Amino acid sequence: MDSEGSQHASQADQRNLLLEPGHTLGTVTDKISSIVLSRGTTKGWLFGFAVSFSLMMLLLVAVSYLLVTGVGIWGINIPIGWGFAIVNFVWWIGIGHAGTLISAILLLLRQRWRTSINRFAEAMTLFAVACAGLFPLLHMGRPWLFYWMGPLPNPMWLWPQFRSPLVWDVFAVSTYATVSLLFWFVGLIPDLATLRDRAKNRTAQVIYGILAMGWRGSAVHWHRYETASLLLAGLATPLVVSVHTVVSFDFSVGQLAGWHTTIFPPYFVAGAIYSGFAMVMTLAIPIRKFYNLEDFITMRHLGNMAKVMLATGLIVAYGYMMETFMAFYSGNQFDRFLIINRMTGPYKWVYWSLIACNIVIPQLLWSPRVRASIPMLFVISLIVNVGMWLERFVIVVISLHRDFLPSSWGMYYPTRWDWATYVGTIGLFLSLLFLFLRFLPVISIYEMRALVEETQEEKRN
Amino acid sequence: MAQIFHRSTNVISRLSIFGSVFIFALLGGALYELGMSPFYTNVNVAREQPVPFSHKHHVGELGLDCRYCHISVEKSSFAGIPPTQTCMTCHSQIWTNAPMLEPVRASYRNDKSISWTRVNALPDFVYFDHSIHVSKGVGCTTCHGPVGEMPLTWRAESLYMSWCLDCHRAPEKYLRPKSEVFNPNYRPPANQLEVGLRLVKENKVQKLTNCSTCHR
Repeated sequence: MDSEGSQHASQADQRNLLLEPGHTLGTVTDKISSIVLSRGTTKGWLFGFAVSFSLMMLLLVAVSYLLVTGVGIWGINIPIGWGFAIVNFVWWIGIGHAGTLISAILLLLRQRWRTSINRFAEAMTLFAVACAGLFPLLHMGRPWLFYWMGPLPNPMWLWPQFRSPLVWDVFAVSTYATVSLLFWFVGLIPDLATLRDRAKNRTAQVIYGILAMGWRGSAVHWHRYETASLLLAGLATPLVVSVHTVVSFDFSVGQLAGWHTTIFPPYFVAGAIYSGFAMVMTLAIPIRKFYNLEDFITMRHLGNMAKVMLATGLIVAYGYMMETFMAFYSGNQFDRFLIINRMTGPYKWVYWSLIACNIVIPQLLWSPRVRASIPMLFVISLIVNVGMWLERFVIVVISLHRDFLPSSWGMYYPTRWDWATYVGTIGLFLSLLFLFLRFLPVISIYEMRALVEETQEEKRN
Repeated sequence: MAQIFHRSTNVISRLSIFGSVFIFALLGGALYELGMSPFYTNVNVAREQPVPFSHKHHVGELGLDCRYCHISVEKSSFAGIPPTQTCMTCHSQIWTNAPMLEPVRASYRNDKSISWTRVNALPDFVYFDHSIHVSKGVGCTTCHGPVGEMPLTWRAESLYMSWCLDCHRAPEKYLRPKSEVFNPNYRPPANQLEVGLRLVKENKVQKLTNCSTCHR
């Protein structure tokens, strides 16, 4: 019933299945719900949470100091008015897109391999969007006036500047956060009911009971649930494409060389999915190891994720190549200089690291042996995460630091508060993740149960 | 398995979920009203002054023109708070020993200005010019209210940007003939819009709604 562990390839891996054969409806439910209800608070979890929480406290310090003192504590200046804050904003939002793609698009495309990863991928999206959403607020000179970005009644009788992509961001990101939260929560309801029914103490019963909103598992409830799921998936699907398109408009609507290019929307969306799947991979591998979920998250899942990473990585590589080609083909001296500056200027080490991390190293994923090697997958996913951060740095900082007028050129040096805020949001992300792992089912229980019948048939065959 | 929650939860959960929409709307409305209330705008709030100066007595009963004290209103951006000497033009002869007027006499004796508390003030990022408004037919009491009836001085209008825009977008609603600008008892006629449109044309009044007009 349980897999043999990493010494022998499990049956699921040998036969490229989605679920280790031998499970029943009961064992699937037991395995996943026991992580929340019986495993309790382990030392490993406490350690991980403690580290994450400390980083989150670092965020608290950095944000407090920022609110009291102002954005001058960061390295931004003229001409580089956008630094880490915007780089991190785009990085986090991009990461979030994979969760929505897995939850919504793969649902509509009936890709059953999404089953064991979609719950924590969608949770990852929510936490990433939470981290991302901090940065547009914090980077404002007066963050306490953030609500001026919205079309609220105000004593100035002013609308926000609807022509600005920064205002479109407000709508796009808040819509994305709302729909993701709804989708995730609706999907959780049957599992919350499972936890409610198996709860070991009254507190758990009441809390899960309230959250489960009276789920009975009746046919009527399931029917409504399926309809709601499809509707939300339909709503979320365009968001995967539109949200990061709007984020790319932050740049492409501007006039700067390297920004004002029509390839940005598809290039950004592909990049988002690329970095998002890399983060899902980075999370999936430790989660499946430490929570003994190899039966549910099989090599087929990891292999498919690797293939998606490879495909989107190639699209991103195409984007880089087109940027470079168009810069020369256009004849525009500023676009040409930008590309030359990227490759040979003061930040060239960032650019060439980017090429190595995002284009060169992921080509290893062509090899089935690499795709079957968990350590390789883990390292490559980390490298892609770093590479995608470097890409946003290249886009934001290098275009800003040397634009049209040489007398305005400058350099950007991040300060310790830039780093502290960034690392702090990683702490926030991980803290939320650890809380999710402790209190909510990390895999979608009822969706896994649906797979049991299929694999039982496979076993009989 | 026993029920975890009492039957009443059915009602409470529905009420709270559907009601939350109304609760948020109410909350939003309340915050908006708070922002428009005298708590924030100081409208109709008579503020403490060193001397309880009564415009009602001086303007309403004695008939002083606004410009007797606020002398630079036709020429300058600032209308002017009178120097103590203006008060002493009368009060060196009448009410010369009134206890209420002791701060005035003390100011005159010691050559120190009276620290009046400003009632109508705009933030520093707003540029406002009195002279252009007065010369185009905006009356004193249009913006400052029935000052001739105020026993103590308070702000009559919120001075919010929206309030300024209300007139700047449609000056015909508030203009008056130039002869009536300093009349403290002027009431707009029933056909204000008709009169106003004619005045807009005659006095070449523009609808200045460009940001840089006031935020220079």
